[in-house]
Amino acid sequence: MARRVAVVVFPGTNCELDVARAIEPLGAQCVSVFHSEPVLGAVDAVIIPGGFAHGDYLRTGALAQFSPIMKAVATFAAAGGPVLGICNGFQILTETGLLPGALQKNVGLRFICADAALTVASNRSVLTRKMSTNDRLQIPINHFEGNFICDRETLAQIHANDQVVLRYADNPNGSLDDIAGICNEAGNVVGLMPHPERASDPILGSVDGVALFKSFLAVDA
Amino acid sequence: MRFNARVEVGHQPGILDPQGATVQRALPALGYDNVSEVQIGKSIRLVIDAADEATARRQVEEMCEHLLANPVIETYEIFLSEMASDTSAQKLNG
Repeated sequence: MARRVAVVVFPGTNCELDVARAIEPLGAQCVSVFHSEPVLGAVDAVIIPGGFAHGDYLRTGALAQFSPIMKAVATFAAAGGPVLGICNGFQILTETGLLPGALQKNVGLRFICADAALTVASNRSVLTRKMSTNDRLQIPINHFEGNFICDRETLAQIHANDQVVLRYADNPNGSLDDIAGICNEAGNVVGLMPHPERASDPILGSVDGVALFKSFLAVDA
Repeated sequence: MRFNARVEVGHQPGILDPQGATVQRALPALGYDNVSEVQIGKSIRLVIDAADEATARRQVEEMCEHLLANPVIETYEIFLSEMASDTSAQKLNG
């Protein structure tokens, strides 16, 4: 399994401790890596947690692509290393070009903080490799810009390559094709708007996020 | 040469512009029931030094493609004008 996990922290990131709290009980050791670092160090996986990197100035995730650490993340991803972007982390991965498409404002122009019912659309990605297609999950969302969009050609490629990882059962934000999470062509880079770390303990109302983290970290059994 | 560059960032066709839609719905309350379209975007102004206008335009285009706009969801239009040399310092400070 992934023993050492880099959790990338930008100015404005605010879910890094929640992520650590969710994955450390699974046996992972979290290494907090500040955005200005040029290298990730010896890690087995990378998580870009949610928040408001660089204040979401200009566009959500837009400025993060120029932080030195993102070059290291891109190199790590190109070598096949597992990379997970949650919420703002997903927005950063699209802006960086590691994932296709973009996240625009929710239909209805509302910030949505609610539980979302999800279905596993593909178990080809690192986030879902230990799950089954059509598995149902209950995981909170917490975003303003979670409405996935891409052009028709890109969507056709996403479908052809089986890159839709998670779908909303009841689309809350207008997301194209009910998409809640996608992966790159290789399946090792995944972005999703829901927050699995907020569904990782019975006290939070759901533990459905644990299955996703177990997949991502390749935890046995 | 020094240029004023203004970049107008708008929405790609089909991309939601909830701010524009909301303002459009509000205008009839002021008596303007003759407005059929409102779009709200961003205006980015910069001052750039370049050998000539073509170079300045090309550089601003690169900035748009890589940072100032997200071509997946946004359009951009560049307006360039040369700054008169005797007023450039004043404009920069202003």
